[in-house]
Amino acid sequence: MSKIGLIIQREYKTRVVKRSFIIMTFLSPLLFAAIMVIPLWLSTAKDTEAKTIAVVDRTDEYAQALPSNGSYQFEIAKEPNQDIGKSKLSSDYYAILLISGDLMKDSSAVTLYSQKQVSIDLKSYIADHLSKYVENKKLVATHIPNIRQIIKESQTPINVTTIKLDQHGNAIVTSSDVATFIAALATFLIYLFIFMYGAQVMRGVVEEKTNRIVEIIISSVNPFEMMMGKIIGIALVGLTQFLLWVLLTVIISNVAGIAMFGSSITHLQQSAQMSTMQDHNATHQVVLGLIQGLQGINFVEIIGFFLFYFMGGYLLYASLFAAIGSAVDNETDTQQFMLPVTIPIIFAFYAAFYSLQNPDGPLAFWCSIIPFTSPIVMMVRLPFDVPLWQKLLSVSLLIITFLSTTWLAAKIYRTGILMYGKKITWKEMWKWLRYSN
Amino acid sequence: MSFLEIQHVTKQYSNHLALDSVSLSIERNSIYGLLGPNGAGKTTLIRIINQITAPDEGAIFLEGKPLRSNDIRRIGYLPEERGLYKKMKVGEQVLYLAQLKGLSKAEATQRLKKWFDRLDMQSWWDKKVEELSKGMQQKVQFIITVMHEPELLIFDEPFSGFDPVNADIMKREMVRLRDAGATIIFSTHNMESVEELCDTITLINRSKVVLQGNVNQIRQQFRTHIYRIVLEGTFENIVPAEYFRILDQTIINQHTSLRIETINSTANEVIASLLPHYTLLSFEEEIPSMNDIFINIVKEPIPVIES
Repeated sequence: MSKIGLIIQREYKTRVVKRSFIIMTFLSPLLFAAIMVIPLWLSTAKDTEAKTIAVVDRTDEYAQALPSNGSYQFEIAKEPNQDIGKSKLSSDYYAILLISGDLMKDSSAVTLYSQKQVSIDLKSYIADHLSKYVENKKLVATHIPNIRQIIKESQTPINVTTIKLDQHGNAIVTSSDVATFIAALATFLIYLFIFMYGAQVMRGVVEEKTNRIVEIIISSVNPFEMMMGKIIGIALVGLTQFLLWVLLTVIISNVAGIAMFGSSITHLQQSAQMSTMQDHNATHQVVLGLIQGLQGINFVEIIGFFLFYFMGGYLLYASLFAAIGSAVDNETDTQQFMLPVTIPIIFAFYAAFYSLQNPDGPLAFWCSIIPFTSPIVMMVRLPFDVPLWQKLLSVSLLIITFLSTTWLAAKIYRTGILMYGKKITWKEMWKWLRYSN
Repeated sequence: MSFLEIQHVTKQYSNHLALDSVSLSIERNSIYGLLGPNGAGKTTLIRIINQITAPDEGAIFLEGKPLRSNDIRRIGYLPEERGLYKKMKVGEQVLYLAQLKGLSKAEATQRLKKWFDRLDMQSWWDKKVEELSKGMQQKVQFIITVMHEPELLIFDEPFSGFDPVNADIMKREMVRLRDAGATIIFSTHNMESVEELCDTITLINRSKVVLQGNVNQIRQQFRTHIYRIVLEGTFENIVPAEYFRILDQTIINQHTSLRIETINSTANEVIASLLPHYTLLSFEEEIPSMNDIFINIVKEPIPVIES
């Protein structure tokens, strides 16, 4: 096996058998799954006992407009002689609803008394039913035949379909919701990957330097091979971890879904979506829109670019992290050099999230071209279709930049890794860059 | 032709001169000692030979040809500050480093087993490095240095951290490696080991070579012409004083101990002059140890450079 291959293998093997790697790999999908499953589970769980509400209706008309259901029980009560607040009703019931006048004339003649703050749900339940009742009554009062039919037919929900045109003018249905979700996910993953594994590269280099093993290895491998072996080995660890995360998250959330609800999570999500929709026709359209939206996104392209920016961004920053690691004598000294490297990453992350709202704006444009931010920001723009020249420019700038940062980092690395006991400054590092040998 | 030739190597660091025109030549199949006080420049010279740093001036020749970067394969280097991957298992680690040095896995395994057997370390194979003591780690590192059987071995302070038993084992192994054909350079403060092991030495002090040559010749060169004599009975001045001067005289249990300095005479002449009168119990020349020579030279004040 080639030497760089041996180094990659060692970096990979020693990391994937570490306890922290195994724990992280298996615990994180559990967390992801929990984040997905628990809110769903909570939202489907019913309130155990129904709340009873006393209805004091001075008109004797509107109380019938409030049907009881599993959550709320409405009981008609006589108006107490004393003040409602001091009456026996207030202690016996969850809330007291007072209808003090004809709602046809005075729409604000409804008051809800309670000792605890009532839920918005209850308030809107009452308001909805009463307004529907009044609306109905008013319609009947117009004496126009078939009025309800007319109104129903006149109600037309507008559904905007977004159509993207390809260069031949052919229509492709898109969904900006789907695009936004994919963009945010890809961006977040790249950001996480650069940070976590870039820092691991740095720590690895510092370890080799402080325990002087580098002096032994350097006699059989050149510094560039040593640095690249570490960077590539750790990249593979990262890819392995993400792959396992994706796989395990899917498996765990489905298993959990089946265990808890007797159906898989995807099914559950669909039914949850359905139940919130009053109009089944609209649900159907939304689902159809999602499916068409997914079809409208060029996944081969997105995945290809994702892998490219994933690696490009990581290589760019990992080599800088390696250079920092080589320049210092111990990990605590890394702080002062870390900042200039981490600032562009964090900036790119924020820029990416502002760009989500306007993927073609100037911030998004420039940040997706500049190589230090492009791996993170370009992923936001890709699902929204980016002109070819911009893609090519961004990709080639990133390639040029990571080649040159790797080259520069290798120069600093070569000098720094064998230098001890010197307080390193930026000036010193600049000097190393200019060493011809 | 010598095996390794170092010619006028100079190395300047930003604020001090680490090596000032250092030259030395090392014969094939010898053990060469690099001596000097702390900070004299020994490690810098070793790092230059290992091509970890480059000299500012001067050249290095291996078998008459300028040292090239591939020649590093022919060198085994044990750095002064030793380090291994702490969390890695001993066996895995030595195998990895052996493979990096170009041995096949099978070959490396076979050689390492042999070394582990010889140094009685079989049980360490599956231990993590951090579980070993410092001396044990050093033994592991020694094996790492020699396992690819390089022609030139460079040990920087090989005995520091070893107990006397293990230091002896290391000395034995160094001699064995030399006999098997290797050329060895080692730096040390341990002068006893220099007398035992080295054929030739170079003493570097304040970046300069101050003493160089064959160990025995150096010791001869630093002879003080002082002898210790033990006689039976008491000493009376019946011997002509032209041969020697008495520095010291003590009488213990009917024996006389003399410490004398010869005056333009050989040991044989001194003995010949004594024999007719006394029974000699012992006669021994006081040859300075390398330790004395080292301390003498290093303690000398810096010569004032005339402008």
